[in-house]
Amino acid sequence: MAATGGAPAATVPASAPTWGRVRSSRRVADRAMKVICVVFTALGVFVLGWILGMLAWKGLGALTPRIFTEVTPGPGSEGGGLANAIVGSIVLTCLGIAVATPIGLMAGTYLAEYGKASRLATVIRFVNDVLLAAPSILIGLFVYTVMVQPMGGYSGWAGGVALAVIATPVIVRTTEDMLRLVPGTMREAGAALGAPSSFVIRRVTWRAARAGIVTGILLALARIAGETAPLLFTALNNSFWFSPTLLGGVSNLPVTIFQFALSPYDNWQGLAWAGALLITAAVLALSVGARLYLNRKAAR
Amino acid sequence: MHTQVTAGSVGQGEVALSQAASPRRPALAVSDQVFRAAALACALLVLTVLVGILASMLYGGWPVFREFGLVDFVAGSTWDVNNDRYGAWPAIAGTLSTALIALVLGVPISLGIAVFLTQLSPPWLKRPIGTAVEILAAVPSIVYGMWGLFVLAPLVAAYVQVPLNQVVEGLPIVGTILYSQVPSGTGIATAGVILAFMIIPFIASVTRDMFDQIPTVLRESAYGIGCTTWEVVRHVLVPQAGVSIIGAIMLGLGRALGETMAVTFVVGNANRLSASIFEPGSTIASRIANEFNEALGLQMSALIALGCVLFVVTFVVLAVARALIARVKVY
Repeated sequence: MAATGGAPAATVPASAPTWGRVRSSRRVADRAMKVICVVFTALGVFVLGWILGMLAWKGLGALTPRIFTEVTPGPGSEGGGLANAIVGSIVLTCLGIAVATPIGLMAGTYLAEYGKASRLATVIRFVNDVLLAAPSILIGLFVYTVMVQPMGGYSGWAGGVALAVIATPVIVRTTEDMLRLVPGTMREAGAALGAPSSFVIRRVTWRAARAGIVTGILLALARIAGETAPLLFTALNNSFWFSPTLLGGVSNLPVTIFQFALSPYDNWQGLAWAGALLITAAVLALSVGARLYLNRKAAR
Repeated sequence: MHTQVTAGSVGQGEVALSQAASPRRPALAVSDQVFRAAALACALLVLTVLVGILASMLYGGWPVFREFGLVDFVAGSTWDVNNDRYGAWPAIAGTLSTALIALVLGVPISLGIAVFLTQLSPPWLKRPIGTAVEILAAVPSIVYGMWGLFVLAPLVAAYVQVPLNQVVEGLPIVGTILYSQVPSGTGIATAGVILAFMIIPFIASVTRDMFDQIPTVLRESAYGIGCTTWEVVRHVLVPQAGVSIIGAIMLGLGRALGETMAVTFVVGNANRLSASIFEPGSTIASRIANEFNEALGLQMSALIALGCVLFVVTFVVLAVARALIARVKVY
């Protein structure tokens, strides 16, 4: 074997394991695999950079102070901003997270503290994991059928509920995982002082897992902030300030971006890019921030 | 007087802890029960939502299933709003073909990234690239759609469709599959490319976690008997990760089948079924997103029935994924 290596084998000591002693077909396969992996990784990073760069370039060009002060323009009219859409998005997202947080927290608590390995808990865990990846447009259809049709029209409430349905599985999942990391001895210590289990959960387990639970809520926030599909049939959209009762269409960024990007008007397209930049910046800040927060807490 | 109870619950450990409520001060015992019931109710609500989604789809789509029958609806190839004839096949075929293209392109790239991150990357590069993959997953789908429509589609039209048309025109089979009458850049293939980039982060991060869980000893012993990196990946890591990789791919497939906004931007939204992958088409999700707000009567039922089909397909795919990979991290 070593003899077939030829020239390279002569220059290195025979004891050192070098490429000269490996059959060339194996060497070529190995090199090829490494090059392909590097190229694929570079491609992934390149596409990400391309998307973000393009977004920054087009978005920053269209980002003016008027975006935050003026309402969305009608067809064919000049100028305009995104103020109503930005406020609407914030309202809908907060509504969604406000509904999802208590439900998700309690459901996650049930799975981690009460249900554990019971059959019901196993089924719920499975269903939750399916919901985590379920197509968001179907959740829009579902909320349309159960809320928009009975209530007789589109509303911000329906939009908030649709977003809550998407956010809840994320919170359930992170809450359960984080509660499971809390050592059993802490619960036992609480119980040894005579505290009932609900008291132990609220005052001991939740507190110990607080950083992780907050991370889950932030991730859920990031997940729903950019969602478009579930809002199409629930909150819809409009180009005015929505009524404080949230009945009728509530303007929001994602659906506005969708409509404006596909429009023939230049100012609408510019606004769509500015809106896309705002929403991506918010989503990335939330999700990267949540991970950094958890890592820093975990490092302590 | 309460000490006995507490001592008992500690003695029996955690099992007793969750049931230790009975002979305490009534207020505490009641709040304990209420808390437990509330937790159970919220957990059951999660279950109810899934059942509710299925029920609402069946209820809303029922008129169409009754009118055309399940088989004729799924296999029917006309979607004619004016004459109230609805067949789901063009949308189903579009959904399957975009997802297939996404898998063909996305799976090798995802596995390459996972191998790079776990085996090849220098330590200082792991974190930035891992973060980049996470960011790729967090970018809202509407941004992918805009990028696809304004950046990718013109490039596909100019550098893929036009040259390809000249090569394949008139040839059998490839002349049908790859020929585009109007090289506009939008179509099934472009949607598949966008979906590929959207599912990469999911497949890559699950596969990376699987590779990371494999004991280092296994890798080291393979290197110790003289394996190259490729051989370690091929004969140690992939067999060890095994069906989990299939599970990761199924998870990506589930995402690709149900993705709406990005696809709606670039798929071309044509109601007919064409043999070429560069022609405009539609997927179930894009059809619903486009038509639902203007739909009335039977058309609305038909769209909800489409949603029902999508729900059943993604549910099966995601259930298989879940069975193959025990649990996926979401953070």
